[in-house]
Amino acid sequence: MTGGPEGAGLPAGCDVAIVGAGPAGLGAAVRLKALGIDAVVLDREAEAGGIPRHCGHYPFGMREFHRVLKGPDYARRLVEEAQAAGVRLFPQTTVVALEKGPRLIVATPAGKAALQAKRVLLATGVRERSRAGRLVGGNRPFGVISTGALQQLVYLKGARPFLRPVIVGSELVSFSAILTCRHAGIQPVAMVEANDRVTAWWFAAGLARLTAVPLHMKTKVMRVLGRDLVEGVEVRDAAGRERSIEADGVIFTGQFLPEVPLLRAAGLVLDPGSGGPAVDQFGRCSDPAVFAAGNLLRPVETAGWSWREGVFAAGMIARSLAGHLPDAAANVQIRPRDGSAIRFVMPQRLALSVVEGAMASAQIRVTRPLRGTLVARQNGKTLWSGRIASRPERRLLLPLQPLVAQAVAGTIEVGLSDEF
Amino acid sequence: MASGEPSGTAESYDVAVIGAGVVGCAIARRFALEGARVIVIEKAADILDGASKGNSGILHTGFDAPVGSLEQRCIAEGYREYLEIRERLDLPILKTGALVLAWSDEQAARLPALIDKAHANGVDDVEPLSAAEILAREPGLSDRVRGGFHVPREYVMDPWTAPYSYLLQAIENGASFLRRAEVLDGAFDGEAWTLETSRGPVKTGTVINAAGLYGDRVDQSLLKTTSYVIRPRKGQFVVFDKAASELLSAILLPVPTEATKGIVICKTSYGNVLVGPTAEEQDSRDDASVDGDTLAALRAHGIEMLPGLAAFDVTATYAGLRPATADKDYQINDDGARRYISVGGIRSTGLSAALGIAMHVFGLYTAFGLRHRPPSDLRWPRVSPISESQERAWSQPGNDGIVCHCELVTRREIEAALCGPLAAASLAALKRRTRVTMGRCQGFYCLGELAEITAGRFDTPLATAYDRRGYDRRT
Repeated sequence: MTGGPEGAGLPAGCDVAIVGAGPAGLGAAVRLKALGIDAVVLDREAEAGGIPRHCGHYPFGMREFHRVLKGPDYARRLVEEAQAAGVRLFPQTTVVALEKGPRLIVATPAGKAALQAKRVLLATGVRERSRAGRLVGGNRPFGVISTGALQQLVYLKGARPFLRPVIVGSELVSFSAILTCRHAGIQPVAMVEANDRVTAWWFAAGLARLTAVPLHMKTKVMRVLGRDLVEGVEVRDAAGRERSIEADGVIFTGQFLPEVPLLRAAGLVLDPGSGGPAVDQFGRCSDPAVFAAGNLLRPVETAGWSWREGVFAAGMIARSLAGHLPDAAANVQIRPRDGSAIRFVMPQRLALSVVEGAMASAQIRVTRPLRGTLVARQNGKTLWSGRIASRPERRLLLPLQPLVAQAVAGTIEVGLSDEF
Repeated sequence: MASGEPSGTAESYDVAVIGAGVVGCAIARRFALEGARVIVIEKAADILDGASKGNSGILHTGFDAPVGSLEQRCIAEGYREYLEIRERLDLPILKTGALVLAWSDEQAARLPALIDKAHANGVDDVEPLSAAEILAREPGLSDRVRGGFHVPREYVMDPWTAPYSYLLQAIENGASFLRRAEVLDGAFDGEAWTLETSRGPVKTGTVINAAGLYGDRVDQSLLKTTSYVIRPRKGQFVVFDKAASELLSAILLPVPTEATKGIVICKTSYGNVLVGPTAEEQDSRDDASVDGDTLAALRAHGIEMLPGLAAFDVTATYAGLRPATADKDYQINDDGARRYISVGGIRSTGLSAALGIAMHVFGLYTAFGLRHRPPSDLRWPRVSPISESQERAWSQPGNDGIVCHCELVTRREIEAALCGPLAAASLAALKRRTRVTMGRCQGFYCLGELAEITAGRFDTPLATAYDRRGYDRRT
C-alpha cells in the first residue's frame, strides 16, 4: 500500500509530513515552505485551523499578525497564509499509525492510505481531561461536557446543550467557557474550584464577577445528579459539608492532556510529567526523524506561543534535513527532582552541543502556587539557580545555555532549593 | 413482515417477550428461528437499557458455576452456541483465556477445590500454575501473586453487538419490536393473553418475562404472584486507556467468594482494559450511579495487581445492576396452564448464558405442546463491527469521514445506526451501536459534529439551535 486511495489526492511521499493543522502545524508549514522545503499538513477535522476555530473570542494573533483577532478569524488567516504559501492541506485525514521510516498510515473518506516522509512533525495539541478521567461520582446523564465540546456546539454549530450549567475548574479555559456561555445566552449558575485560589491569572476572577457567575472556592464536585439529563451536582466544601447545586449541565474545564495516543502506539518515549513526548532542545522525539511542536509538548500555552514553536520546529527540521543536527544520542536527561513541586521540565533531553536557533530555555510548570529559588543541579553541582514566584498555569523559563555549557553525561535534576 | 415498530396491535402473536436485555433478545431470536410469531416489548427507548447495560464482556465457560445448576447448563450451552454462530453473525471474540489468581495463602488453599469444580462442570482443560509460571505468562503482574490456574477457553466478547444482532436476526426473521412500551397489566382468558401496555394492548399466546431487574414486578402484575424477589446488586467499573492493553494478555480473575466472582481485570473487545465490578447490594433498580471513592479504590486495586496501570489514564467509568435474588441459581419457572414462563435472577452470567437460556426456555415452551414451522430461508444479518479485532468501516472507501477520532467512528456508521428497525434514539443507544464518544476524549473533539448529524433523530436532542437573543430555534 503506497500513496493515496482514489480521490484522497494524497501524495505517496513528501519531505515533511505535519500532523495537525492548528497554529503550530500551520506555522511550521509556512516556514518550511519559505525555506524551500515541501510540507504536507494532515488534519483529521473537516477544516484546518485547530482549536482557535471554535474559540469565538479575543485575543488571538498578536504575535503572528500584530493585531487582535477572534479565534475563528485568526484560524482563517493562518489557513489562508498557508494556502498562499503553497502548503498542501489535507483535512479529514486521520493518522492512525506512525511507523518507522517514518511512514504514516492514514484514514480518509476514501479509505486507508500510506504516506512516506523524510521527517514528521507532530502537532496534535491538547484536550481537556474528561469527567471520567477525574473519577467524579454520580450518574452519567447527557449534558456533562468539556469546554472544547461546548465551543464547537456554540461557535461552529450555533447550538447549545443547556441553559444553566455548573463550570468545574478555574483555569484560563474555564473563563473562556464563561465567554462561550455568554455568547449563546447560557447563564452558568456556579464556577467550582477545589483549590483555595483561582488557577488562572487574577483578572479572570474579575470576569466571573462581571458576568455574575458565583465562584465557589475550596469546593469539590462529588457527584453528578440526574439519570437521563443533568439535574445538578453535589459538592463538598472545605469543612466537609455536602450540598447540591441545581443545574442542567456540567462543564469540566481544563486539566489539559497532550493528545498522544499516536505517539504512544508508535513507541515514542513520553514524559509522565508533561504528558507529551520527551524531546531534546531541537524538539526531536526519541525517534530523531520525528519532531513535536505546540501544545502537544506540554499543557498548555496560547495559540501564539504554539505557533512560534511551530516556526521554531521548521527551522530545526531544515537543519536536520541538511544533516546539521548533532546525533540523536543525547545523553543528558533533565527532569524534576523526585517529590518536587516542579511538575515537568521540557525539553527532557539535552545534546551537549551549541546549535544556533535551538531552544534557548526549558519550559517548566509547578504543581502548586509557590515562591522560592529554582535550581538545576547535576552531581551536587548547581548549574543554574534563580528566584521564582509561580502558580500552576504560569509559564516558567529556565535558560539552557548554562546547562549545555556545564553539564556532563547523566541526569540534571530541577527543583526548589529546599528540595535538595 | 419484518416490521420495526408496531404500535398497539390488532395482530396476535405466539410469543411476547417482555424486556429487550441480552436475555430477551436471545429468546426472541430463538423463537423467531423456530418459526414463532414473536413480539418483544421494551419499556425503554432502546434495547439493553437495564441490567445488560453494564457488564464485563466476558464469555464464560461456567467453570466456577455451581455444579449441576441450571446456570451452569445454560452457560455451557450459551457458550457452545455463541461459538457456533458467531462467524455467521460476524461477532468478535478475543481468545485470551483466563488466569484465576490467588493473592494470599488462604486463597491459594482454595484453588484445588476450584479446579475440581471446573472439572465437574466439564471444563476439563484447566491446569494449575505456580506463581513463577503465572509471571512468565503475565510479566506485568505484581510478583505478590501466590499461584493460580489457567482456564484456556474463557474469552472476551462484545457485549453490545452480540445482543443487538440477536434481536436484529429475530426481526429479520419476522419478529416485531415494540419499544417505549411498559407492560402495565394483563389477563389470560384460558387460550391467550392480552397485555396492556403503555402503547396499547398486545395479544399473545404465551408470555415470556425477561424483564430483568423488574422481573418480579412483571410476574406480580401478570400472575399476581412471584416466586422470587429481585435484590439489585450494583457493580462499578473503571476503564483504562487502550494503550494499557499491552500490560496483559489473559483475563485476570480473583478466587471467587460465595457472594461474587470478584474484581476482574481484562481487555475489552474494543481494546481498553477493564477493572471491576464491585458487588453492592441496594434497593434501587434504577440507580446505576458511580462513587468517586469506590472508583479510586478500583483504580488502586487494578494498580496493585498490575502495577503498570498507574501510567494510564481512566477513559470511562460505569456501573451495572445485576438482577440477583436470594437464591444462587437462575429462577426460570414455567406455568403451562397459563402459558407463562418467567426468566428471572439472571444475575451476572447472562451475557454468556443468554443463548443457552433461550434454548432452555424454548424447551419449556415445547413442553406446553406448542409447535411452529421454522422459516425455510433463515436470514443472518451482520451488524456493523465495532471491535478492535474486526475490519472497521474507517479503512473502507466511502466511509464519509471519521467523526469520532478516538474510536475511529465514521459518519456512515453513525448514519446507519440512526436508521432501521433498531434505530438509535438516544446518545446512549448510539454509543452502544457505534462507540461514538466512548473513547479517551469523551466527546471533546466530536460533540459538535455529532449534534449536527443527530439533529431531529433523538428523543432528547444533544443541543438546540438558538439565535443571538437567546431564543431556541426549533428545527
